[in-house]
Amino acid sequence: MKAFAFRHASLLAFIVLLGLWELACRALAVPEFILPAPSAIALAAGSLGLARWAEHVWATIEVALLGYALAIALSIPLAVAITRSALLSRIVMPWLVVIQSTPIVAVAPIIVVTLGAGVLPRVAITTLLAFFPLVVSTCLGLSSVPAEFIELSRSLRANTARQYWQVRMPFAIPHVFSAMKVSVTLAVVGAVVAEFVAAEKGLGYLILFTTSSFKVPVAFAALALLVLSSLTLYSLVQWVHQRFFGWSSPKKA
Amino acid sequence: MPCVIDLNAVTQTFVSSDGSPVTALHNVNLHLQRNEFISLIGPSGCGKSTVLRLIAGLLRPSAGEVRIFDLPVTEPRDEIGMVFQKPTLLPWLSVVDNITFPMRHKYGRVDARDQARAQALLQMIGLQDFGHKRPHELSGGMQQRVAIARSLLHDPDILLMDEPFSALDALTRDEMSFELLRICSERPKTVVFVTHSIQEALLLSDRIVVMSARPGRVSQIIDVPLARPRTLQTLTDPVFTRMANEIREQVFTRHAH
Repeated sequence: MKAFAFRHASLLAFIVLLGLWELACRALAVPEFILPAPSAIALAAGSLGLARWAEHVWATIEVALLGYALAIALSIPLAVAITRSALLSRIVMPWLVVIQSTPIVAVAPIIVVTLGAGVLPRVAITTLLAFFPLVVSTCLGLSSVPAEFIELSRSLRANTARQYWQVRMPFAIPHVFSAMKVSVTLAVVGAVVAEFVAAEKGLGYLILFTTSSFKVPVAFAALALLVLSSLTLYSLVQWVHQRFFGWSSPKKA
Repeated sequence: MPCVIDLNAVTQTFVSSDGSPVTALHNVNLHLQRNEFISLIGPSGCGKSTVLRLIAGLLRPSAGEVRIFDLPVTEPRDEIGMVFQKPTLLPWLSVVDNITFPMRHKYGRVDARDQARAQALLQMIGLQDFGHKRPHELSGGMQQRVAIARSLLHDPDILLMDEPFSALDALTRDEMSFELLRICSERPKTVVFVTHSIQEALLLSDRIVVMSARPGRVSQIIDVPLARPRTLQTLTDPVFTRMANEIREQVFTRHAH
């Protein structure tokens, strides 16, 4: 019993917190539009219906995944190019820093005006946000290969392409995956920010819409789903790392 | 007498981090015969690893030339197998895939002949049951044996070894020395062996090149008249002990300069 409690301590603590929250709301008669009790949130969630929820969840996740995939497709070749060419690195890196330093919330409306409504501007915003950590980490990974492996590769007279593919990239995997985990959560943020600016569905849109009409319980429910989605995607990336590249994870003693 | 490896008046200068030139090697002349086992020995900074990298084609000499089979060395050659100080095994590949890695890396494919040869090499180093294990499951000595097997995959004429046993504990080092003797007696090669250990150099070599530092140069080349095959008994041979003392004295007095 004690061992069970220890293993699931975090989850049990959360359940206890939920219980306290519920009691506090009822005891202090907190208005629903300020802080809804967990029971109110669950009720509001149920009232929307599964189909509508699925529609909103998918709208956000779809944009997040598209932006994420595009970010990966762009960042890895760019990182390889930057690592290979010192000149390109000098040209590109400052611009990457500029992009990263620009608050995405400020750029989002401009992108919507330029690219119009629809999925494209939202994917662009998401990609912009998820892109930077991937480039930086991949560059770091590619250039932190231990020198003796580069020497081994040179002594075998392999061409640069094979050196990158067979030696540098595998060594970069731990860096790439740690960035991929960060980026997937950023992709969700990007999708939500994009929805705040211009969308008719999605969890971000729902939060904006329902808070403006004081349907706060629904907003909380949407938030909970958002967090759950982000966690699920994060765990998925983690799983892929373990399953296909388990050799690069730190070994348990 | 056809020489396999020639270093003719080789000088190597590097530019150090503050811009000043550093002479790693000065006017080095070496000529190696076929199937000779020579050791390069000397204190840190005498340029022995630089000599190895020049022969390997990983460096170009600032002056003088390096020739293998009477052709100038411009890039790493296929006739060479190299073993580094660390095993340098790819952690994501199995032991047998690590042994066949040179083929995959050079040509992009591994054919059946290479696979068969890898199995034979595994057998030779006594690790036939470890083919599918990952490097991290092997001890340091076993990993280095795999690295040696890898260097032998394409049956090179020349083997270059840069302090291959220095990362191992003393007992494993002795074991590996005799292992190397056995491997070299089965398939003779021209071997250039860099080491800090006088005992290792005497046990393994036909000739010992003693180098000194600042600038790196050859101070003496010593013939090792000990009979082959060399065994544990060789270590207690009075000639062995006498030579070890002489070389040790030489290295220390030169180093003191």
